[in-house]
Amino acid sequence: MSTQAQQAYWKENLRLLAISLVIWFIVSYGFGILLVDQLNQIKIAGFGLGFWFAQQGSIYVFLILIFYYAWRMNKLDRKYDVHED
Amino acid sequence: MELQTLTYIVVGASFALYIGIAIWAKASSTGEFYVAGKGVHPVLNGMATGADWMSAASFISMAGLIAFLGYGGSVYLMGWTGGYVLLALLLAPYLRKFGKFTVPEFIGDRYYSQTARLVAVICLIFISFTYVAGQMRGVGIVFSRFLEVDILTGLIIGMGVVFIYAVLGGMKGITYTQVAQYCVLIFAYTVPAVFIAIEVTGVALPQIALGSTVSGSEVYLLDKLDQVVTDLGFTAYTQGTKSTIDMFAITVALMVGTAGLPHVIVRFFTVPKVRDARISAGWALLFIALLYTTAPAVGALARLNLIDTVNGADGQGTAYEQMPSWFSTWENSGLLAWYDHNGDGKVQYAAGSAMVGKPKFDGEKRGEYGERVVTNPSKGEVVKGAPYANELSVDRDIMVLANPEIAGLPNWVIALIAAGGIAAALSTAAGLLLVISAGVSHDIVKGMLAPDISEKQELMIGRISAAVAILIAGYLGANPPAFVAQVVAFAFGLAASSLFPTILMGIFNKRMNKEGAIAGMLTGLLFTMGYILYFKGIFITPMAENIPANWLFGISPEGIGFVGMILNFVVAYVVSKLTAPPPEHIQHIVEDIRIPKGAGEAVAH
Repeated sequence: MSTQAQQAYWKENLRLLAISLVIWFIVSYGFGILLVDQLNQIKIAGFGLGFWFAQQGSIYVFLILIFYYAWRMNKLDRKYDVHED
Repeated sequence: MELQTLTYIVVGASFALYIGIAIWAKASSTGEFYVAGKGVHPVLNGMATGADWMSAASFISMAGLIAFLGYGGSVYLMGWTGGYVLLALLLAPYLRKFGKFTVPEFIGDRYYSQTARLVAVICLIFISFTYVAGQMRGVGIVFSRFLEVDILTGLIIGMGVVFIYAVLGGMKGITYTQVAQYCVLIFAYTVPAVFIAIEVTGVALPQIALGSTVSGSEVYLLDKLDQVVTDLGFTAYTQGTKSTIDMFAITVALMVGTAGLPHVIVRFFTVPKVRDARISAGWALLFIALLYTTAPAVGALARLNLIDTVNGADGQGTAYEQMPSWFSTWENSGLLAWYDHNGDGKVQYAAGSAMVGKPKFDGEKRGEYGERVVTNPSKGEVVKGAPYANELSVDRDIMVLANPEIAGLPNWVIALIAAGGIAAALSTAAGLLLVISAGVSHDIVKGMLAPDISEKQELMIGRISAAVAILIAGYLGANPPAFVAQVVAFAFGLAASSLFPTILMGIFNKRMNKEGAIAGMLTGLLFTMGYILYFKGIFITPMAENIPANWLFGISPEGIGFVGMILNFVVAYVVSKLTAPPPEHIQHIVEDIRIPKGAGEAVAH
C-alpha cells in the first residue's frame, strides 16, 4: 500500500481515537468526578445523576465505546484494504 | 444438608472440572504454552480475560470497599473498567499485530535495547508477585472460613490445583480453565445479589434495585442509606470523603495501571487476528461489567443489612447473645470484633473506631457474654453526630462472603460464594504465574542468557519456573508480609508509570528512541516508588505521616501513578528530542504494526 494511503488511514484512525477518548473522559472524569455535585441535583429514580455515572453509567458507556470503535475500525480497514484475510 | 458438607461438594466439583479441562487442553509447544497457539475465539478470550482480571480483590474485597466508602468507592469501579477502553483502543490491536509472546519482548524489540527489556521484566515480575500474594491470601480466607481447615492446608490444596493446570496446560490450559472459572464466579456473585435485591427492594436486577425504593415504603434505597449513615455520624453514602483531585488521580492511576498490567495485555496475544483483539477487549469488559455493575448494589445492600442487623429495629443495638450465628463465626476467624464500650451488653455500630487499628485478641479468652476479649480498645469516644460510640470492628473483606448469611439466604448460596471466591483467586493467580514464568523462561533465559536453547528446553524451563513461582506464591500466602495490602497501590502505580507510557509511545510516536524510553521508564518508576515508600514505608519506616496535608498536590500514594505517568511522558519526550532518532528499520516496524494486514501466526523468532 502507498505511503499516502497509509497516512490517510492512520489519520482517520487517530481522529476516531480522539473522539472516543473525549467521550471516555467526559463520562468518567467529567460526569463521575468533576461535575458530580452539579449532576447530583438531577434525580432519576433513586439515583443522583452524578452518582449514577460514577457507579453505573460510565461502565455502560465504556462498553458501547469499545464495540463502536471495533466496528468503525473494521469498516476503515476494508476501506483502505488493510484488513486481514 | 449441612453447610460444610455442601461447601465441600460444590468446591470439590469445581476443582474436578478445572483439572479435567487442564488434562484435555495440555500444551505441547511454546506457542501453546505462552499464548495458547493464538487460536482462542474472541468471546472465549473475553471470558477468560474476565476471570483473569477479576481477582480475589474484585470478588471478595471490592463490594466491601464500596459498602464502607460509598461514593468514594467509585474510583475502583471506573478505574478497573475504564482501563479496558485504553487497552482496546490504544494497545491491544497493535501489540497483537507485533505478534510476539511477552510484553518485555515488545519493549526490547521496539527500543532495540536489552536494557529496556530487562527493566520491563523486572517491573513485570515485581507487579505480578505483589498481586499473586494477594490472591493466595484470598484463597486462605475462603478455605479457613468455609471449609474450616487451617490456612496452610487450604493453600496447599489451592497451589496443587493451580500447579496441575498451569504447569501442564500453560496458557492453553489456563485459558479454558478460566472460561469455566468465569462461569462459576459470575454465577456465585450474581445469585446472592439477586436474592438480596429482591428481599430489600422487590426488584430482581441489582443494577436497577440500587435506584429503587425499599419494599413497603416510598423511600429510595440510596436516600434511606444516606439518612441511616449520617444519623450514625458518617458522611452521607453518596457523598464520600475523598477530595476531588485525589478521586481524579486514583482513577487515572487505576485505569492506566489496568491497561499496563502484563497479565492482562498478554491475553490479547492469544487471539487469531488484530480485529479479534479489538473486539475481544469489548467482550472482556462485558463479562467484567456484569460483576462490576452488580457490586455497587451488593455494597449498598450489605451496608444497610449490617446496620439493621447490628443496631436492631429500634437503633439501640442488639444484645450480644441475640446476634445471629454468623457474628460469632466471623469473630472466631478474627475478622470481626466487638468491645462493649458502654457496658450495656449490646453491640452498637456507628462512626469512629472501636479499636486502635486492627483488633488484637487475648488468645481464645472469652468475656462476660461469651465474646472474644479484645486487648486494644479505643477510648470509645462518641463521634460528633453519632448517638453512641462505635463498638464493632468489621474487616471489609468479609462483606461479600458474609452477605448471604447476614441476609439469611439458603446454605447452597453460601457454598456457591465459597466456590466463586476460590475461582476468582485461582484464575487470577494462574494468569499471573504464567506471566512470571514466561518472563523468566522467554525474556531472561531465552532472550538474554541462553539464546540457543531448543523449544523443548525452553518449554521445560517455562514449566519449572511456573512451579517455582507457585511455591513462592504459596509461601507469601502462608506468611503474608505485613505490606501485602499496601503494595497493591505499588502494582498499579508501577504499571501506570512505567509500562503503559513506554508501550504507548512505542506505537504512537515513531520518533521515540531507546534513550527516551529508558529515561522515561526509570523516572516514572523511581518517582512513583519513592513517593509510595516515603508515605507507606514498605521495608523502611515511613518518612512522613500518610495524611492529605503532607501529600503532593493532595494526591494520595494510591493515585501517585498519575503523576509518575506524566513525568514518564515528559522526560521521554524531551530526551528523545535531544538524542538521535531510532534506526530506519525500527521506524518500519512501527509503520507495520499500525496496519492490521499481514498479522499471521505467532512469529517466534
